Amino acid sequence: MNAAADLSNWLIVLIVFFLLLGGLLIVVGALGLLRLPTFAQRIHGPAITVTLGAGSILIASMLLFSSLNSRPVIHELLITLFIFMTAPVGAMMMMRADVYRKLREQAKEKES
Amino acid sequence: MLGVLDIALYAAKAATTLAIVLCGLRLMIGPTAQDRILALDTFWICCMLLALLLGMRFSSDVFFELAMLIALTGFVSTIALAKFLMRGEIIE
Amino acid sequence: MSAILPRPGLSLLLLCIWLLLNQTLAPAHFLLGGIISIAVPLLTQSLMPHKLRLRNPVALMRLLTWALVEISRSCFNVSMIILFRQREKVNSQFIYIPLDMHDPYGLAMLSCLINCTPGTVWVEVTPEKHELYLHVFDLHDEAWWINTIKTRYEKPLMDVFEGAADAGRT
Repeated sequence: MNAAADLSNWLIVLIVFFLLLGGLLIVVGALGLLRLPTFAQRIHGPAITVTLGAGSILIASMLLFSSLNSRPVIHELLITLFIFMTAPVGAMMMMRADVYRKLREQAKEKES
Repeated sequence: MLGVLDIALYAAKAATTLAIVLCGLRLMIGPTAQDRILALDTFWICCMLLALLLGMRFSSDVFFELAMLIALTGFVSTIALAKFLMRGEIIE
Repeated sequence: MSAILPRPGLSLLLLCIWLLLNQTLAPAHFLLGGIISIAVPLLTQSLMPHKLRLRNPVALMRLLTWALVEISRSCFNVSMIILFRQREKVNSQFIYIPLDMHDPYGLAMLSCLINCTPGTVWVEVTPEKHELYLHVFDLHDEAWWINTIKTRYEKPLMDVFEGAADAGRT
């Protein structure tokens, strides 16, 4: 981090804040994935990681690279856009997979 | 002041690695298949964020491409696996 | 105009994405991005359900801002529950919410917003009664959830995607 010598103090504070917030939220999301008892509850844990955790890290990355290169570096917006478009679809598919599988198991039990 | 940024980067990287380990645990113990898919989904998102953090650490643009690739392939694999569990076939 | 550029908004978005991806404003990339942004909508036109028309962009921006605030707030709430609450005391429930909106783009937008918010996951829209089957992480008041989804999310989306003529009918 030699090139970062000319960063102003408030910018460093902002970047540090977003980095720490992002790290905390990522761990909390993964902890929810591990700790909660049923699948339908577990699916809410990673939602934290995906939305605000990833968002904070991406904001920190944008701020750092913009100030290092002294021009706006905003191609992290692409990842943000992609995640906010795809993560809901993935969550919905997994939830439906869970519901359908449980329905199928119930039907099988009723038959036997 | 510069040290603070480095420490924060290390802390964020440690947190992301811890999250990856937690996802790995759920991947091992997950009682059903959909639990494992959910763990894999969180796993690749954490890997993508770790790539971004490494990119910040080394001030390199290559890691951004890596993160983009992980995001693109991870989404498709999650959808395919979930769809397979739902119906037993991927394309209807 | 409409023969070459059937969807000007999509073309503009594709051009912006291309320039962002290459991190440049060079004329050659403008040309290549322009070719891509004209070719892709023409090639994928038959995949689109119907023409998208945004009737009320201001309401859309207001909705997105509100959704961002709501995502942050519920993120905090869900984090607190994960960290500090006993696991037996979490009241997770499936609830049904009757929907009035039928526009596919509006429903897609609604599902993205609901799924992005930690604490709620969209399962599906039941085909026979057109009800939304929703999983809520910590349910305290079912009527409050139904009211919030209907007034805060569905009504602005109906204004944006279906317009005044359809809103008057329902």
